[in-house]
Amino acid sequence: MKPRHKRAAIIAGGLAALSLAAFLVLNAFESNLVFFFSPSQVAAGEAPKNRTFRVGGMVKEGSVNRKDLTVSFVVTDTAEDMKVTYTGILPDLFREGKGVVAQGKLSEDGLFTASEVLAKHDENYMPPEAQHAVDEAQKTIKTLQ
Amino acid sequence: MIPELGHFSLILSLFVALVLGVLGSAGGQTGRREWVALVRPATQALWLLTAFGYGCLTYAFYSNDFSVVYVVQHSNSQLPAIYRIAGVWGGHEGSLLLWHFMLTTWMLAVSLFSRQLPDTMVARVLGVLSLVAVGFLVFMLFTSNPFLRLADVPADGRDLNPLLQDPGLVFHPPMLYMGYVGLAIPFAFAIAALLNGRLDAAWARWSRPWATTAWIFLTLGIALGSWWAYYELGWGGWWFWDPVENASFLPWLVSAALIHSLAVTEKRGLFRNWTIVLAITAFSLSLLGTFLVRSGVLTSVHAFATDPRRGVFILVFLSVVVGGSLTLFAMRAGKVRSTGSFGLVSRETFLLLNNVLLTTAAASVLLGTLYPLIVDSLNLGKLSVGPPYFNAVFVPIMVPVLLFMVVGSFARWKSDGVMDLARKLGASALVSVALGCSLPLLAGSWSALAALGLSLALWIVLSSLQQIYRQLRGTANWRATPWSFWGMHLAHIGIAVSVVGITMVKSYETEKDVRMGLDDTVAVGGYTFRLTGIREADGPNYRADIGDVQLSRNGQTLRMLHPEKRTYFSSAMPMTEAAIDTGLTRDVYVSLGEQLEAGEHPAWAVRVYHKPFVSWIWGGGLLMALGGGLAALDRRYRNKRAHSTKGATVGGAVA
Repeated sequence: MKPRHKRAAIIAGGLAALSLAAFLVLNAFESNLVFFFSPSQVAAGEAPKNRTFRVGGMVKEGSVNRKDLTVSFVVTDTAEDMKVTYTGILPDLFREGKGVVAQGKLSEDGLFTASEVLAKHDENYMPPEAQHAVDEAQKTIKTLQ
Repeated sequence: MIPELGHFSLILSLFVALVLGVLGSAGGQTGRREWVALVRPATQALWLLTAFGYGCLTYAFYSNDFSVVYVVQHSNSQLPAIYRIAGVWGGHEGSLLLWHFMLTTWMLAVSLFSRQLPDTMVARVLGVLSLVAVGFLVFMLFTSNPFLRLADVPADGRDLNPLLQDPGLVFHPPMLYMGYVGLAIPFAFAIAALLNGRLDAAWARWSRPWATTAWIFLTLGIALGSWWAYYELGWGGWWFWDPVENASFLPWLVSAALIHSLAVTEKRGLFRNWTIVLAITAFSLSLLGTFLVRSGVLTSVHAFATDPRRGVFILVFLSVVVGGSLTLFAMRAGKVRSTGSFGLVSRETFLLLNNVLLTTAAASVLLGTLYPLIVDSLNLGKLSVGPPYFNAVFVPIMVPVLLFMVVGSFARWKSDGVMDLARKLGASALVSVALGCSLPLLAGSWSALAALGLSLALWIVLSSLQQIYRQLRGTANWRATPWSFWGMHLAHIGIAVSVVGITMVKSYETEKDVRMGLDDTVAVGGYTFRLTGIREADGPNYRADIGDVQLSRNGQTLRMLHPEKRTYFSSAMPMTEAAIDTGLTRDVYVSLGEQLEAGEHPAWAVRVYHKPFVSWIWGGGLLMALGGGLAALDRRYRNKRAHSTKGATVGGAVA
């Protein structure tokens, strides 16, 4: 085989590999982006129904209710509240009054069922998303006043 | 006093590193004897100063010197001694000092084990490395000084994050860092070759053992990190596609490509430009990893205190390193171009394909890791890319990599025939597919993924055994077989072992979250767990609720498991300690959740797992590292004076 042909074959092979990868990436990317919404955004109806997304803020004091392994609690960004239910074991640092991020789906009747609850590994650490939600809500409250 | 001495030694080492960096690179270029002669002693002085500084910080930790801010933040007088020593790298500043200490240790190793290299080459390599060290020293001294002191000395420290109080902390970060930092060596060799304009088989032979050694440390570091997450985070996962994990995985993928590309450059004088690009990329990715992990832009266990100056500094440093080396590459690429050719069906082609695929895999992981950061910094909203993305992209790319790995290790250099290859590989392929497709039936349910994974793993093992058999039959004295041959096959078998582990866990693990009162039972995977009691006990710096769980199978009691829920005194932070019964073909795992009911009939949330073959995942990593070790110690790297012409190619091993 001539060097020119060989180079062409290698380039073709490389392009094939790259386009395969690009196809896989775009395909998987589209369906696996998990967007973040604050309780205010959810209350305003911005969050999608029946698609997984994340919601974050503070766990409202006194809102945690437990029945066996099913827990319900309220996530608040200080402007709006949102009820979340979760079945399973909560992370060690899940506490009332602390930051939390929950990933799950919103059903038609507006109940958020979490498949995963994330609280971080340091008691003083606030998940950036949760912090962001609270900051945004505070900003809105201030502009309204 | 001691902390000041440490601080002072770091400042001194900055000057030594500056002098070494300038004189080393300049001496290498001009060939001035007196400059070149300075390089090795200066490197050793740099190492001594750094080791002294490192020792000072360790002493401050060990002696509970709470006048040092960093010690206050990461230690406590009740902390056991071993964690006070390991606590040095429990936070940002100390991790950087460890980074720098390891860099100088690698430099020391280069200065000691480089007798077969021309002195000007050593001067360039150590000069480049020293400039990298300057970057890190400036970063440390100006933004993250571990020796800062307090005027008001607190009575006690704030303690080390309980998650880090684990033997894992003692081994995982140093291993990973050795790998990260070790990639600076092939990088420096690449830059030296560009400066020199000479990139030949001898150059590749010098770089190879270093690149392989760095890769070994990365492999061990990643495997240890994964194992640590598995038992310490308490929830049974072993890989989360967490950005920080990805940050260590990216250089691993690229350095795996690098060590194979170096093999081609050594044996055949090909892929020279590509090797240089990989060496630069691998080191850039380990700097990027440091940036991601340490700048606090990521939500992660590993993200410590956030300071925007630090992020900016590392970003600037990264651009200088990447921009500078790519500019140099653009100027010199023509000089180091490969000559020579190879057939379309040849070992070179398969190695090239796998190189492209590994870098593609790295690129897609990088995309998934950086995309949320880019979107966030453009204020387009907050989002995350979940594990399903990485699985969907990574697995299909790795399947051909494993196939080409087998074919490539059989193919001859230069050119081979398709029919020849098919004849050699056909039998093992058929046996593997047949076995791989039928074995899942034994495990219960058949799944395509399990069949695919097992077939691939079997083919890798069978074809390696086949080659080992041919090699032994072909040589009169089996000791004559080069170590690199054994290393390659051992590492490839290690990959197969990991693939088996991943396949089995993904396909057949079972998990249950349950509410358990006293004497309640739960069954998973044929094992029965009975909660027989919960008691309180005190540890050195924590109080724990300890569960007594009786593990049995078919009515026979196997052993007691003791999962713990600890509360640390200093931070009141709860920690879950899982109890694991490890076996060759399965782990059973139990961890204690929160208490659901107190009083007369207490009840707890409990998570139980049955994970078939999970330990194979890390066992495979260990085999890969051992294989790498054999390859790096191959006799031809140890010749006192390497021949500058191509050495005899023995056995045809590439690892």
